Amino acid sequence: MTDLTSLTLAEARKGLADKTFTSLELTDAHLSAIEAARVLNAFVMETPDRARDMAKAVDEKIAKGEGGPLAGIPLGIKDLFATKGVRTTACSKILGNFVPTYESTVTSQLWRDGAVMLGKLNNDEFAMGSANETSCFGPVGNPWRREGSNTTLVPGGSSGGSASAVAALLCMGATATDTGGSIRQPAAFTATVGIKPTYGRCSRWGIVAFASSLDQAGPIARSVRDAAMLLRSMAGHDPKDTTSVDIAVPDYEAAIGKSVKGKKIGIPREYRLDGMPAEIEKLWSEGATWLRSAGAELVEVSLPHTKYALPAYYIVAPAEASSNLARYDGVRYGLREQGKNIIELYENTRAEGFGAEVRRRVMIGTYVLSAGYYDAYYLRAQKVRTLIKKDFEDCFARGVDAILTPATPSAAFGIGEKGGADPVEMYLNDIFTVTVNMAGLPGIAVPAGKDAQGLPLGLQLIGRPFEEETLFSLGEVIEQAAGRFTPARWW
Amino acid sequence: MSTATHKLLKGATGDWEMVIGMEIHAQVTSNSKLFSGASTTFGGEPNSHVSLVDAAMPGMLPVINEECVRQAVRTGLGLNAKINLRSVFDRKNYFYPDSPQGYQISQYKSPIVGEGEVVVELDGGKTAIIGIERLHLEQDAGKLLHDQSPTMSFVDLNRCGVALMEIVSKPDIRDAEQAKAYVTKLRSILRYLGTCDGDMEKGSLRADVNVSVRKPGGPLGTRCEIKNMNSITFIGQAIEYEARRQIEILEDGGEIGQETRLYDPNKGETRSMRSKEEAHDYRYFPDPDLLPLEFSQEFVDELKTELPELPDQKKTRFVADFGLSAYDASVLVAERESAVFYETVLDKLANRARDGKMAANWVINELFGRLNKEGRDITDSPVNAEQLAAIIDLIGEGTISGKIAKDLFEIVWQEGGDPRALVESRGMKQVTDLSAIEKVVDDIIAANPDKAAQVKDKPQSLGWFVGQVMKASAGKANPQSVNDLLKSKLGV
Repeated sequence: MTDLTSLTLAEARKGLADKTFTSLELTDAHLSAIEAARVLNAFVMETPDRARDMAKAVDEKIAKGEGGPLAGIPLGIKDLFATKGVRTTACSKILGNFVPTYESTVTSQLWRDGAVMLGKLNNDEFAMGSANETSCFGPVGNPWRREGSNTTLVPGGSSGGSASAVAALLCMGATATDTGGSIRQPAAFTATVGIKPTYGRCSRWGIVAFASSLDQAGPIARSVRDAAMLLRSMAGHDPKDTTSVDIAVPDYEAAIGKSVKGKKIGIPREYRLDGMPAEIEKLWSEGATWLRSAGAELVEVSLPHTKYALPAYYIVAPAEASSNLARYDGVRYGLREQGKNIIELYENTRAEGFGAEVRRRVMIGTYVLSAGYYDAYYLRAQKVRTLIKKDFEDCFARGVDAILTPATPSAAFGIGEKGGADPVEMYLNDIFTVTVNMAGLPGIAVPAGKDAQGLPLGLQLIGRPFEEETLFSLGEVIEQAAGRFTPARWW
Repeated sequence: MSTATHKLLKGATGDWEMVIGMEIHAQVTSNSKLFSGASTTFGGEPNSHVSLVDAAMPGMLPVINEECVRQAVRTGLGLNAKINLRSVFDRKNYFYPDSPQGYQISQYKSPIVGEGEVVVELDGGKTAIIGIERLHLEQDAGKLLHDQSPTMSFVDLNRCGVALMEIVSKPDIRDAEQAKAYVTKLRSILRYLGTCDGDMEKGSLRADVNVSVRKPGGPLGTRCEIKNMNSITFIGQAIEYEARRQIEILEDGGEIGQETRLYDPNKGETRSMRSKEEAHDYRYFPDPDLLPLEFSQEFVDELKTELPELPDQKKTRFVADFGLSAYDASVLVAERESAVFYETVLDKLANRARDGKMAANWVINELFGRLNKEGRDITDSPVNAEQLAAIIDLIGEGTISGKIAKDLFEIVWQEGGDPRALVESRGMKQVTDLSAIEKVVDDIIAANPDKAAQVKDKPQSLGWFVGQVMKASAGKANPQSVNDLLKSKLGV
């Protein structure tokens, strides 16, 4: 029998259905892999007992032919998702040992469909970061290294734990969230597939909020098909989240292998940046060629407000975050640092509980919402947001089905290499991904090749609202052409 | 309708005019909170009505309670106000332990209800029209408990997240009497609508009062806001005090600093709470967890058709249908319970058209008078509407006189019972049998020949004979018959 951890989710599903192995065996194989890969720091909480209990229970169901669509599949859960009875911290000191009495809608749907929880995954504190370096549990290692180098690289962020764990074969798939690129950028850095669905496709209920109007949950997986399978379970309308949309969830997997003949693919000229590495440029045109070979039509398109997206994002997201994080005050749960009076208690708790990047964003957000600055910053950023949305709408109105862009402006970098002196250097990681959040559109990152140092690079496809199926069809074309990439094990 | 002239305050430099605007916080009558399913019941054990949303647990999201939306629309309709089919919820950011989210969800730029107006009744049958600026929905806060521990304060989140309607008036109020009448009328409308119980003692209705003074017709002065008033009497006192305080400062050559003040009812004065410089920057912005609140005109129209009759409409109807005076009608409609009582009496009357006005007099003079004397509420009246209607029927049909009716009312008040049966069992029936009355009349005339002889010269002494006959018949003789008989027999 091959190593059970190397299977794709689709392959594992077949093995479970054929009774080649049990969920308990599959789960145990992953639990061992997790144990052996602690150096990566991908998991911040392992839940082996719960995992085995869930696996046993689902094995009984499978035996009775009652398994759901994800029956017996072991997954990792980003620590932003509230998990009932299991510590949930958003990787922030301020939540301390917070144990929710409730389960997020997205994870409860995964358990409903038979998935097994292996544990909680590392992420940037409150999902604020692009390298998973802001976590209170420390950075996550990328299973990929530069050829001939021992330097540990970042897996991207904020869903760094999710991407690293999936790439290192520690779990068959993982939940993640994406506010400005937090699913797609780490997927690109680790040669995994990540999709941020349309805003409103997944319920945000029970997910620790970063920026409510941008946050969306999605999966990180080993293949496009696996991502489609996971999203089907994660998506759906939830009356507890009024921003979730009441549209039936299609069978995304059915889109895999569907012809893309005649699909019109836009290549946005504004995404061609000065100083962009040649290999990314090359990868991008390669991707276009693959899609054209599959019968798609390539057109150049213009998204004129792209250059304002990143600055506008870094106003809107911190503004919402400054308000969303106000509840972490030391009064009801999580960390409390005493003070002489309530103001001191707030100040001490928040100074001690929040890391530097979170404090920075809370301060930026507070500033841009302040009297006298609101119109100049927040209001103007919202206007930019409307224009960005309109750019895409105009594009789609001209018959474009999807837009192809690089996922990131570079490959993974070393821990501590970026953003030390200037946080903007780190923020630039999201240059290709934030527009999608600002416009609320679906975007998928698919591994497409490697750079000269042997590090994975990804391409991004941006779709029309609620047309994730098109992204899965096109994504699979790229996946087929580029092949799959697995890191050499060094841990 | 007569328009009011308002009170001016005399200062050393002449007359001053008050300009007053009010923000009233009215707790919405609903079973659950504005954005969570937790109960709104008053007086539960601390923190027994708190949902995960109310406690602002990580990842929790607000979901609008549609009943609260309906209540706000009903209230808007009751205030003759514009209903906005699209409104937006904003976050008002501030840190305080009674606000677990770190912000209050409110409506800032786009409220659910726009401009409207309220007609208020003043002394002497005068009225004034007070403009409504807006009404918006927002969350109430929790309550801090400072008496549970010597070193710590505790927080009770039961009230946290309960829906409030903030009703903002235009600065149309010109004196304390108008201010009190405005709150009274607003409370009455809310109670009629069933959208707020108006219980100021429980804090269901609280007012922030903005007061400034100016020379009559002159430019507006700087205002001070008196926060959190929960008694109509105190509102009147606070306005009077605050206006005089400002006049004194201005007449001494000083300036009014814009500030928030609190009224101390024990000392009868307002005190500074915080100045404009110390005011919070609430960093309002649209709540990204909630979509704009949108509904159709049909939704509003349907609520409109279900609206109960409001005090102003009732008053007009009482005047038109029963010939009540405008004053009597407004007394009856001022409180929903009084109007309900009066209308129940009307329902039970045998001849509403004939006795409707008499019923109003009885409710206002006899019943309210008696209730006031004993400090009792209409809902707790010993004489119920059915009993009072029976008493009025007995008068109307001529079975008892008005005087006997008062005795009967007293008996029913003290002992209860069916008025008609009581009249029968206690022999209180009016004697209308002319021969019986005639006999009494004849006896009295025969016994007083001198007085009878004088009547022709002194017609006013007829009254003495009427009195004697009534006394002899223990008040039961029909006064009209007695009068007629005496006149014919004495040749007046």
